[in-house]
Amino acid sequence: MFESVLVANRGEIARRVIRTVRRMGLRAIAVHSEADADLPFVREADEAVLLGPASPAQSYLDVEKVLDAARKSGAAAVHPGYGFLSENADFARAVIEAGMVWIGPAPEAIVQMGDKINARNLMENAGVPVAAGTREPVSTLADAVRAADEIGYPLMVKTAGGGGGIGMGVAYDEKSLAKAFEQASRAAARFGGGAAILLERYIQRARHVEVQILGLADGTVVALGERDCSVQRRHQKVVEESPSPGITPELRERMLAAAVRAGEAVGYRGAGTVECLVDVDRQDFVFLEMNTRLQVEHPVTELVTGADLVEHQLRIAAGEVYPVEVAPSGHAIEFRVYAEDPKRFFPGPGKIAVWEEPSGEGVRVDSGYVAANTVTPFYDPLMAKLCVHGATRAEALERARAAVAAFRVEGPKNNLPFCAELLDHPEFASGDYDTGLVSRMRS
Amino acid sequence: MAEVRAEMVANVWKIVVGEGDTVNEGDTLVILESMKMEIPVVAEDAGVVAQIKVAEGDVIQEGDLIAVIE
Repeated sequence: MFESVLVANRGEIARRVIRTVRRMGLRAIAVHSEADADLPFVREADEAVLLGPASPAQSYLDVEKVLDAARKSGAAAVHPGYGFLSENADFARAVIEAGMVWIGPAPEAIVQMGDKINARNLMENAGVPVAAGTREPVSTLADAVRAADEIGYPLMVKTAGGGGGIGMGVAYDEKSLAKAFEQASRAAARFGGGAAILLERYIQRARHVEVQILGLADGTVVALGERDCSVQRRHQKVVEESPSPGITPELRERMLAAAVRAGEAVGYRGAGTVECLVDVDRQDFVFLEMNTRLQVEHPVTELVTGADLVEHQLRIAAGEVYPVEVAPSGHAIEFRVYAEDPKRFFPGPGKIAVWEEPSGEGVRVDSGYVAANTVTPFYDPLMAKLCVHGATRAEALERARAAVAAFRVEGPKNNLPFCAELLDHPEFASGDYDTGLVSRMRS
Repeated sequence: MAEVRAEMVANVWKIVVGEGDTVNEGDTLVILESMKMEIPVVAEDAGVVAQIKVAEGDVIQEGDLIAVIE
């Protein structure tokens, strides 16, 4: 095992990775922007390196600055977390070329899966089902209109290189296609990832269900169960749970097998996620994309499997060969506590006056902040992840209600009232919901 | 005269209108960015843009004056 790990990220995920790194007796090195100097992840690391100003482009997204921090601190390995540079193959290559261990898949796998058009085609060839869609990049509106006529409406319009729901939009006809295409193009230009656009048949009543995979050092790929991420606003996840209450055991088995094939097709190493869309009415699924990194919602899988996914990432990256047995138990749910108003979900950064986390049996909180910290407008709105585990879904829901009520945040706006509202909603409580749930709650 | 104020802490990403421009209700005046989200600030009434009080790249606080419409 390497002796130290630089965590090239911020907030709750940096703090969570640092926790495992230190528990394993390794030296944890944090990097941070000026705006984040007072956050817990900086204080809890063994060493912290200032990258630069608040703007992500001048700090967490600056490859040279992060590499420089890694070299100067003598880091033996780099963990990228999620977002920022985690799916940047050039960064992964630069880490490896600098003689450090990259805690993630091979840069080639990142490239193959990073382009969603390429990933779709690759998966189709590997026998993983995909939705009807474009097999070549779409670069002009005229091409989009032609492709749309061929595939048929409604359609999902997204950027081939983007992620996190940014720039995604649904087109029901040629008019809304023009709007969605323009929005996706603008997002591609602003948030990076190239200008190519992808069109896919939109499934009306869909659940978003993803499979956690681990590519082991000996080349085998194992599936650690699924997560249902159908509670979304603006195509971004708010609540995730495992097991999914919306798929049959037979469908689950097919999805897990397909996810293993997907991982094998790219020689995947480490933790990755195969995202799928489930057609609720037909109990069938299609491949959506593969995330070649640790996922925000990984604690859901950790709670039902008992695994520490970060520990697996480190051991696999270090080349350790060992068997992984999967024996899921109980039900887990994660609530993303965002700094946003609970009605319109608009950002509401601010200084934290009160921060009191719930605790108790089956309750886990991964947070990025403590009282007196400031949630700034420069980064995403995730303040914490409130996770619960119970023997059954009913017990998990009960623990969730108590934990949401006990979580006190004052200062920034926050969506805890929305979480409470969701828990009281009959559709969510029954488990029979789809990705349209939040918009129905707000229409 | 109507004052347009910021609803949240944000960065000013883009100024869409200029002083002296005529705007209709619902027209976008400036686009803010906060927490990786674009937030258009729109005119609540029709009128003429008398003042734009922010510049692209500014960090503004909740309640800060963005524009004055007459």
